[in-house]
Amino acid sequence: MRLSTILLVYIAILIIGYFAGRQKAIAYSHALDAGRTMHSLPMYHGYYVLMWGAIPAIIAILGYFFMGDGLVLDRVIAGLPDEVRSLPESRLNLVLNDIRVVAAGAETSGESEAYIQSAADSLNAGREFLSLLLGLAVVALSSTGCYLAWRNLSGDFRARNRVESAIQVLLVMAASIAVLTTIGIVFSVLFESIRFFQKVPLFDFLFGLNWSPQTAIRSDQVGSSGSFGAVPLFLGTLMISGIAMIIALPIGLMVAIYLSEYTTARVRGVVKPLLEVLAGIPTVVYGYFAALTVAPLLRDFGLSAGLQISSESALGAGLVMGIMILPFVSSISDDVINSVPQSMRDGSLGLGATRSETIRRVVLPAALPGIVGGFLLAASRAIGETMIVVMAAGLAAKMTINPLEAVTTVTVQIVTLLVGDQEFDSPKTLAAFGLGLTLFIVTLILNIIALHVVRKYREQYD
Amino acid sequence: MSEESPSNSALRSSVETRKRVEASLGARYRRENRFRFFGLLAVLVSVSFVAFFFVSIISQGYTAFTQTYIQVDVYFDPDVVSPDGSRAPDVLSQVNYSRLIKDGLGSMFPEVSGRKPKQLLNRLVSNGAIYELRDRVMAEPDIIGSRESLWFLADDEIDAWFKQYSRGDDADGAARLGDAQIGWLRQLVAQGRLEQRFNTVFFTSGDSRDPEMAGIWAAAKGSFFMLVVCMSIAFPLGVAASIYLEEFAPRNRWVDLIEVNINNLAAVPSIVFGLLGLAVFINFLSLPRSAPLVGGLVLALMTLPTIIIASRSAITAVPPSIREAALGIGASPVQAVVHHVLPLAMPGMLTGAILGIARALGETAPLLMIGMVAFIVEAPQTPLDPSSALPVQIYLWADSPERAFAERTAAAIMVLLAFLLVMNATAVWLRSKYERRW
Amino acid sequence: MLKPMDTQYGFIGNRSHDPYVAGRDTLSKEEQDGECIFETVGEVTSPDPIISVRNCNVFYGDNQAINNVTLDVGRNEVISLIGPSGCGKSTFIRCLNRMNDTIEGARVEGDIRLDGEPIYAKEVDPVLLRARVGMVFQKPNPFPKSVYENVAYGARIHGLARSRAELDEIVFSSLERAGLYAEVKSRMDEPGTSLSGGQQQRLCIARTIAVNPEVILMDEPCSALDPIATAKIEDLIEELRQNFSIAIVTHSMQQAARVSQRTAYFHMGQLVEVGATDTVFTNPIHRLTEDYVTGRIG
Repeated sequence: MRLSTILLVYIAILIIGYFAGRQKAIAYSHALDAGRTMHSLPMYHGYYVLMWGAIPAIIAILGYFFMGDGLVLDRVIAGLPDEVRSLPESRLNLVLNDIRVVAAGAETSGESEAYIQSAADSLNAGREFLSLLLGLAVVALSSTGCYLAWRNLSGDFRARNRVESAIQVLLVMAASIAVLTTIGIVFSVLFESIRFFQKVPLFDFLFGLNWSPQTAIRSDQVGSSGSFGAVPLFLGTLMISGIAMIIALPIGLMVAIYLSEYTTARVRGVVKPLLEVLAGIPTVVYGYFAALTVAPLLRDFGLSAGLQISSESALGAGLVMGIMILPFVSSISDDVINSVPQSMRDGSLGLGATRSETIRRVVLPAALPGIVGGFLLAASRAIGETMIVVMAAGLAAKMTINPLEAVTTVTVQIVTLLVGDQEFDSPKTLAAFGLGLTLFIVTLILNIIALHVVRKYREQYD
Repeated sequence: MSEESPSNSALRSSVETRKRVEASLGARYRRENRFRFFGLLAVLVSVSFVAFFFVSIISQGYTAFTQTYIQVDVYFDPDVVSPDGSRAPDVLSQVNYSRLIKDGLGSMFPEVSGRKPKQLLNRLVSNGAIYELRDRVMAEPDIIGSRESLWFLADDEIDAWFKQYSRGDDADGAARLGDAQIGWLRQLVAQGRLEQRFNTVFFTSGDSRDPEMAGIWAAAKGSFFMLVVCMSIAFPLGVAASIYLEEFAPRNRWVDLIEVNINNLAAVPSIVFGLLGLAVFINFLSLPRSAPLVGGLVLALMTLPTIIIASRSAITAVPPSIREAALGIGASPVQAVVHHVLPLAMPGMLTGAILGIARALGETAPLLMIGMVAFIVEAPQTPLDPSSALPVQIYLWADSPERAFAERTAAAIMVLLAFLLVMNATAVWLRSKYERRW
Repeated sequence: MLKPMDTQYGFIGNRSHDPYVAGRDTLSKEEQDGECIFETVGEVTSPDPIISVRNCNVFYGDNQAINNVTLDVGRNEVISLIGPSGCGKSTFIRCLNRMNDTIEGARVEGDIRLDGEPIYAKEVDPVLLRARVGMVFQKPNPFPKSVYENVAYGARIHGLARSRAELDEIVFSSLERAGLYAEVKSRMDEPGTSLSGGQQQRLCIARTIAVNPEVILMDEPCSALDPIATAKIEDLIEELRQNFSIAIVTHSMQQAARVSQRTAYFHMGQLVEVGATDTVFTNPIHRLTEDYVTGRIG
């Protein structure tokens, strides 16, 4: 049975339920004595019935959606020949992929083995069976739910209160998704990271100076485990985001000051949207810009100045990243500077201070906590930025502090380790999760501090 | 007057004060002007960043919107197309159509001989030409045996040469073509057999190894599916969450935790969301890799905090008096929200949602994590089919060595930026149309 | 010096609105709304003016906030400016040290002189002007610095002190004269915001007199303070009069009566009546002034 058919039937049952409930309530209201009214409008009785029809079945549908294929696959795997089942997980995944492709009816390359064909057949059969089951379950659950709720209705049934509390529960669940997401992030990186740290000691990871995960070419090679000292990555990340901050902070801050303290509304009205355009440009575009425009420019410039600038230099990536976070810095600074009360500026100007004296000696000190908070947020952005460095920074981990050389970053390594064919369980793949965990923790700390500082600052002047 | 001030010191005389203030003025105004100059400089620098950025993208990309076509006289030779006279589709689909093009080019340049020069000659025409021929023959089999002048896509190197040539630039020096090829091209130009046309292929086809046949359609469709999934999840959830937090939430630890989480998630690097998608949706729930569905789910989780934050400020902008008026005439809190607050806050929420999808549309890093980096030729039919996305296509092309992909990358960027511009303009329009001051 | 006030600043408005109408039973609607032009009644001039304003008009964009005001501030005199909200009294005193320059779209017309020099002339430097005409604001606005640095700020930016000792002298004597020294002498390094509201306002006054201005403008300095703190500030104003000329905008008629020698009543951007404080309160000439001081409007 197709999923769309099931959904149509489901919706039809719910609509019938709604009208049945409403009709019943209308009948009750006609039976009432003049002058008395029902507690809830008939519409709410309808919603009440609909609600009871909808909820149990939606759980079944979601369960099917997220778990169904997994269940069927388990059965298919159980039906595979023993020698296939005992393959290592990575090879098994390849086989399963083949089975999926065959099951989807794709043209096979002709040489697919018999067991794959039969497994594909059983996969299709399992899917068919499961969707049939789902169809029956949905019809049964929704019509039973509707019927029970419908039977429950009476003249003074408080349908509205029931419906409204159900709505509230839904709202709480929606709001809790944010917490679930965080938990999901923590667990998804934590589990794999723990497995990684069982293979590579935490100390070696955090303080090792040599990063070369790519040495693991074949699992039976001697010394194939690679080395996972992440210090060169941290150094590269710090260098590139440092260059970005050195560019973005002064320019962004000065732009914010100039726009909020010196210009007329008309100039602001032109420049601010322009900067917002810069803020809205996707990072992959910045990456292209860095790799194909800025890097060659820098290299040519270096050649003419007698400098050896690598075409994947930290300078190029940092420069473009600086342009990327510039509007972010200037808009946060602008916010913060504008929330310094005008009375403070008046006090200083009233004493005969010039504008720049007022800004440097009164406005900026007053805005300092907010600006620092904004800078921390910008730093967290720079550290977590991926596409610019993937496209414009290098791959080789080098211990260097020369910005003209190519360096690599945490995010670049995560992408390189996880894109392409993955073998799970190899330290190489797990290392990406270890790096992800580090990245998450560092940015989380920066964000928490920054948000706290900014909030305290706002409260001060509210 | 102030001469009789109590401290009696010279400091307290207004004449002395005035003298000292005047003495300080010169240096202070120089500092003032310097500071102001730095401010102006910063603004000019950032505006010139914007200008440089757009000029460089557009100047690299605008050429990709035209494509060179080459006219070849094709003889639909029955001996080649249907040696046995059969016109059954499965026969016609297996024919070696490249022979027709070879023969056509050969008849146009009869002086070319030898294996190597002939190969070079054949390379003037794109590899895609044989599929065009096949489709043509299969659509009208009666054409077999006749002679026709047909326009085919030119190879990417020819395309590059011709674009420079028609601009009047030094095309020969820049092109990676031999003298022989350039000679043929000049002949073709003289015969009017080279022509630039609007590049429809770029907008209608999927990825390809040959730049002249590569297009953004498949990627754009993948992006579209993702945004549909993303919005249909993130918008209702975001609105519901913001209603709860603004209208019903008690002040307790759970709610505080939710708030802290939302603010933090808004600043979590996008690649971490990619790791979440990989671990939860693909490895744990075994949803298909490279599917727009998974991409949409990940992007939904990513945009959710943005939408919640925007929706909350839209709700706070509705004055409490509206709520009180509704409650005052006996509406339940849910009714007050659904009937009064929500309609008033909706434009603000939509604005936030549009800005949210605009961000999601350009997001690349999490998609790499969930395997949307595959080489996709066919546009996906459903959100479950393997697919690419517009920004991922840009990433893939930017990595390709062929020169012709560079201009297509820039062109794809222009298309992406155009979408973003439209979205942002819509958001601005919505905001200005429905913005109310209370 | 300026010539004494003569007839050129005389009657401008519609004659049908007789100004000498105290005791007249009704005011026309135009008069109440300020839609007609009043002649200012009473003594607009001062025998020894430090600031003299002639025909001042202030516009915010297209809105006229001050309409043809002529008024003197006398040397070592406290003049209070009263009137209902939005009557333009704050706007008016902000003209006297060019604080309106800082507001986008504000335009000031007319002849305003400090000690005979026109302050809106091109060659006049607003920085120097504001050093000579200090201002205290409605809400206490200490800078986010220590008590000491708050008072030292003006002296530092203007380069008034040539040594640390001179700076100390300026800070301590200003605090002393603001009646704050005894209260804060052990708290010099604490932030200015840690003081109480009344202390903060006296700190702002100390900050202003540290620059040794000739005139101090006060814009409702007590509106955010409790009665006890207000009383202290009022005492301080009385003392400061020995050395400074003060123009104070106030919302409270009682305060005007307590601290000032002259009072000016503003109505809808126009100056209606000026005179000795006791005359204005006990025997006002203009009907609008009478209505305001007796509490019928405002």
